[in-house]
Amino acid sequence: MSAVLVVAVSLAYLLVLFAVASHGDRRAAAGRSLIANPWIYALSMAVYCSAWTYFGSVGRAASSGVWFLPIYLGPMLAMVLAWLVLRKMVRIAQRYRITSIADFIASRYGKSPLLAGLVTLITVVGIVPYLALQLKGIAVAFDVVTAAPAALARERAWWQESTFYLALALAGFTMVFGARHLDGSERHEGMVAAVAFESVVKLLAFLAVGAWVCWGLFDGVGDLFARAAALPGQALAFNGGPVRYPHVQWFALMLLAGLSVLMLPRQFQVMVVENVDERHLRRAAWAFPLYLLLINLFVLPIALAGLLHFGPGQADPETFVLSLPLSQGQQALALLVFVGGLSAATGMVIVETIAVSTMICNDLVVPVLLRSRYWSGGRDLTRAILNTRRTAILAVMLLGYCYFRLAGEAYALVSIGLISFAAVAQFAPAMLGGMYWRGATRRGALAGLLAGFLLWSYTLMLPSLAKSGWVADGFLHDGPWGQQWLRPEALLGLQGFDNLTHSLFWSLLANIGCYVGFSLWRSPSAAEASQALLFVDVFERSSQLQPVFWRGQASVAPLQSLAERFLGSERARELFARHARERGLPGADSLQADAELVHFVETQLTGAIGSASARVMVASVVEEEALGLDDVLAMVEEAKRLLLHSRELEDKSASLERASAELRAANEQLKSLDRLKDDFMSSVTHELRTPLTSIRALAELMLDDATTGDGMGPEQRQHFLSIIVAEAERLTRLVNQVLDMAKIESGHADWHSSELDLAALVRSSAQTVCELLRERGARLELALPEQPVMVLADADRLTQVMLNLLSNAAKFVPAGQGLIQVKLTRSGARVQVEVRDNGPGVPPAQQELVFEKFRQGGDSSNRPQGTGLGLPISRRIVEHFGGAMWLRSEPGQGACFGFWLPATTRNQDKNGDCA
Amino acid sequence: MKQKLESQRLLALFALGCLLLNFPLLMLWDRDLSLWGLPLFPLALFALWGLLIVVLAWRMERGAG
Repeated sequence: MSAVLVVAVSLAYLLVLFAVASHGDRRAAAGRSLIANPWIYALSMAVYCSAWTYFGSVGRAASSGVWFLPIYLGPMLAMVLAWLVLRKMVRIAQRYRITSIADFIASRYGKSPLLAGLVTLITVVGIVPYLALQLKGIAVAFDVVTAAPAALARERAWWQESTFYLALALAGFTMVFGARHLDGSERHEGMVAAVAFESVVKLLAFLAVGAWVCWGLFDGVGDLFARAAALPGQALAFNGGPVRYPHVQWFALMLLAGLSVLMLPRQFQVMVVENVDERHLRRAAWAFPLYLLLINLFVLPIALAGLLHFGPGQADPETFVLSLPLSQGQQALALLVFVGGLSAATGMVIVETIAVSTMICNDLVVPVLLRSRYWSGGRDLTRAILNTRRTAILAVMLLGYCYFRLAGEAYALVSIGLISFAAVAQFAPAMLGGMYWRGATRRGALAGLLAGFLLWSYTLMLPSLAKSGWVADGFLHDGPWGQQWLRPEALLGLQGFDNLTHSLFWSLLANIGCYVGFSLWRSPSAAEASQALLFVDVFERSSQLQPVFWRGQASVAPLQSLAERFLGSERARELFARHARERGLPGADSLQADAELVHFVETQLTGAIGSASARVMVASVVEEEALGLDDVLAMVEEAKRLLLHSRELEDKSASLERASAELRAANEQLKSLDRLKDDFMSSVTHELRTPLTSIRALAELMLDDATTGDGMGPEQRQHFLSIIVAEAERLTRLVNQVLDMAKIESGHADWHSSELDLAALVRSSAQTVCELLRERGARLELALPEQPVMVLADADRLTQVMLNLLSNAAKFVPAGQGLIQVKLTRSGARVQVEVRDNGPGVPPAQQELVFEKFRQGGDSSNRPQGTGLGLPISRRIVEHFGGAMWLRSEPGQGACFGFWLPATTRNQDKNGDCA
Repeated sequence: MKQKLESQRLLALFALGCLLLNFPLLMLWDRDLSLWGLPLFPLALFALWGLLIVVLAWRMERGAG
């Protein structure tokens, strides 16, 4: 393939990357974030898969089978705990505006600049060669795709080499999207969008070549493995490796990768710093391991296919992904794979460079510059900091390129992947320990990191340099000064492990040992103890209830001008105004220079220049009182008290709310009862007035007659008196019903329950209303079973119910052609009575109302005679005996009132006899 | 309380994963066998890996609601 084509495609790809990133930035500026999405978050985590994965996994698989897998199984296990560990890291970092691992560790141990510097140093030493490896990966891939003779490629001067320009382009990209403006939270939405895009590209490219190898080049995966079985020395098994304790190496690799996935600067950047929402971790925790699984699916098949196709030892296994398609003339596929490799390398380089340059800038350069006279003046430093950051980016990138040019084919570069992992794994004790162990101190962290780093250098880095021929390698075999027990790869004579496991064991042992030992040696200082509490208990309280460990004198103006110097005046004003709002103050003018404001300013500065420098700068404009450990403990107690107090208040207000809701409900009920009572009163008085009026009228007539002696005959008097008696009876009935209702409602009614035959009761009730029905010209049909139907109830009360239903029905049936059907049925343990009429029926809206007191059917104009208490009383009676009453009716189809009562057991026995 | 239960479940899953993917349980699969034409050992590794992902996804997405 022509080099021009490959360069053009690469350039086009980089342009697409620019477009994606600037689109991401634009969306962020418009407030419609592209990356506020758990899938994008998970994809950005896949920056873990660098060119080393993309090309190197196949190489590892070709030489040692499944041994490429622990590097991905470790992250799988680490992500199981993501919701616990990673979420805590995210919460801590976002609350205290921590933007790098160095700052995280330094901040935890009392904002120690020394610790921040040490972590940065370890990172630079461990990671810059790793950057070089990525550039080398692209260079090699470029040579393979363009079929350039390796010798020629090596002889090119740097300005003739495309890798150099690629490095420059990446530096440009990183500066544009990683350091365009100074943002307190160090979020780079465009960069994250680009990285997620790159993750998709590399996955698709790798799956494409994998599928082509399996189903294009071979006849399916089965065929491939069947043929591979014939390969000599195939190492598909656990014991296939050349090491003596394979399980130890396996475990060591998994541990190493599991720690690295949390500690690598680029992982920290995308997982912690760029996290938009903690809840995204829930999906990313499984989607990221799934991504790793997918990208590794075809590694073994490709490796075996390469070995089969070219023969063992004939071609570089690391470039099988490219050389296999090329050997079959699949130019387009090879180009796609090259672009995939390019995306793997560039994604890693971009994020790693941002992360490392942030550390270099905040933890190495700024602390030094802040002491210089130029910086200590009152001028605005935002631009200066930004330029420092950009310079750091360029410097890191060029450092990586130089290492790549110098190291070339050297062992030190080829093996750097795992060596880098081992370097960042040294952060794990200080980092993880600091998140869970309050007693850990700065001394412990410093000693642990230093010991781990030294042992890592001595047992892993130095031998790799020696094997590259840069250092005399005699000491590898004989030990320095002939001291055998000091041999770097068999320290104290410990043998049998591969050099990585050996180094990891010694370095982590020394690291953890010193970390714990030195931490236990002395009790933590006030600064360490306070930071420890803020870190370990980050989930315990919301940011408002966090104790603020500061005491002294300050004023607002110097704090504000300090913030303006480092954050820009506009942003600083904005932040102060927001802070004032959050504290419920009208504006920034009313802010008091209290501990909280000092803490706020310091946190904001931390985002820009790191915690250690922020501490120094804030201390320079306020008068602080030194805090003792007792003060810190007292402040914690105070905060705890406040927390308890606020929880109590919360509880109280919750219970108050509940009580007031209950009161409201009770009040509503009372109001409606009051309305009912008013209705009741007016109905009762209305009902009482009608008979009273007629009694009074008739009585007056008779009185007049008695005084005047006019001719009222005895028959007429008789007639009037009988009406008076009837009306008085009606009055009595009404009063009785009202009393009855009141008794039932208050629970003072007398009940005389006995077992009775409901059929007989219905029959006698029917006879009672017989006369009434005849007057109305209505027909009554009874459908009653032959045998007795026993229920446990009060006979008088039930008769009252039946009479009520029947007389109701009689009232509503059309005059002269009424039909009332009464049906008694048994179903299981229930006895059911239905009274159906052929009257006008009850409209659905009123069906429930008829059971309420004084709500008679029909409107007031054609309301029939009655008290309006019959149905409510009947329903109460039925309910008292454990049954229920209902109404089924459709307008125009008549109404059907019914009730059921529980049948007695004897009744059921009889049922059984019948059946 | 619910938070605590979730943490314990995740820790248990982590322990299970560590056991399944390490010596000596891993040796159970290290045999000269093949399944559907695929060698058992790599197949088992990927299957265990997939299983862990499925269980983790189930727990994580359940808790999200």
